[in-house]
Amino acid sequence: MELNSSPEQASGALVSQISPNWVTTRLDFLVNWARANSLWPMPFGTACCAIEFMAVAASRFDIARFGMERMGYTPRQADVLLCAGRLPFKLAPVIRRIYDQMPQPKWVISMGACASTGGIFDTYSMVQGIDTVVPVDVYVPGCPPRPEGLLYGILMLHKKIRGETLADPDLRVERPLEPGGLRIPPRLVDELSEPFGNSVHQTRSA
Amino acid sequence: MNPSVESLRRAFGSKIGRATVSCGQTIVYVEPGSIREVLQWLKDTPGEEYNYLVDVTAVEYRDPEPPLEVVYELRSLERRAELRVKAELCKDEPLEVDSVVPVWNAANWLEREVYDMFGITFRGHPDLRRLLMWETYAEGYPLRKDFPLRGRFSRAEQVRRALHANPEANYSLDELSIAQAHRDLPADMRERLERGERAAIPDLPDGEDG
Repeated sequence: MELNSSPEQASGALVSQISPNWVTTRLDFLVNWARANSLWPMPFGTACCAIEFMAVAASRFDIARFGMERMGYTPRQADVLLCAGRLPFKLAPVIRRIYDQMPQPKWVISMGACASTGGIFDTYSMVQGIDTVVPVDVYVPGCPPRPEGLLYGILMLHKKIRGETLADPDLRVERPLEPGGLRIPPRLVDELSEPFGNSVHQTRSA
Repeated sequence: MNPSVESLRRAFGSKIGRATVSCGQTIVYVEPGSIREVLQWLKDTPGEEYNYLVDVTAVEYRDPEPPLEVVYELRSLERRAELRVKAELCKDEPLEVDSVVPVWNAANWLEREVYDMFGITFRGHPDLRRLLMWETYAEGYPLRKDFPLRGRFSRAEQVRRALHANPEANYSLDELSIAQAHRDLPADMRERLERGERAAIPDLPDGEDG
């Protein structure tokens, strides 16, 4: 390893050279333990799910128990983007910019039916699932989810973080929008946005 | 029936159409060409004094024959009286009506919303831009009956256009009250504000549909 390379290059080169072994797994354990237990949320509350999220943050359910009490209302000091509520197309560039501004490591929780799928808003103005705009780690179902539901989602995210490893060089790579201006291929966006449930009974012209 | 209808008929004659009462509320139809004149009269004439414009909205009916209606909801704060004035616009002709912003400033954003949702042009409006949808929204007017519920473009195209919008360009310089400071801004910020949302949307690479 060259001594004059930058710290990121150095650590990247180091990590790519070592296979998962006893040292890396112990280091992973320590890093992931620290990360999972001090997640700072960036609340992106757009609707009624945000009210439920306030209940989660308040004393009765108290996400301070998981080291999450510090709301980062600036994306630069946040780890988890928590989209609570439906996302209109007008807010899509905003959440994308917030996501881009968050430093790695970062995760995204999609809270509620509308954020995850568009929910009842199968209309001209609503993004059909925020996963067409930003990558999502945990989907929490519900309309809105009970606070216990969101806590379960947070614990699932903890579990996911505990499974991460430094030996995976792709894990923390920034993925900007593709040249076409989308995060994923257009066909996939259309497929994710297909109507389901009761929406299938209304035609496109209804 | 609200007595204002009789006074309107005396003052404007044939420009006032039919009048009905629905749920205790008087509805009077006015010829669209003279709507500003009539509303100005209703606001200024002693004994009428409808000095509060509650709402401006529009209605399109399901069947193709009935015309579009622009609805003005008036209230007199002193007399505690209410009057609903409607102007009917034929769908075959350009949807245009005089703006009432010179009469009530409150009509500014209300008319912008009607323009945004129904595509009705208000002549003489000082700043007729879309209000709810973004400025470059190209799919039409969402509350018209011929507008598909899920919009005209594919979902992928909608997401692509939305992601390309500039979220900082929804306010004019006047609205931000930084017109005075405009020339002191850094060149890049000034350029971005002037460009607004109208930056070109990149084309999809070959082989992928929008």
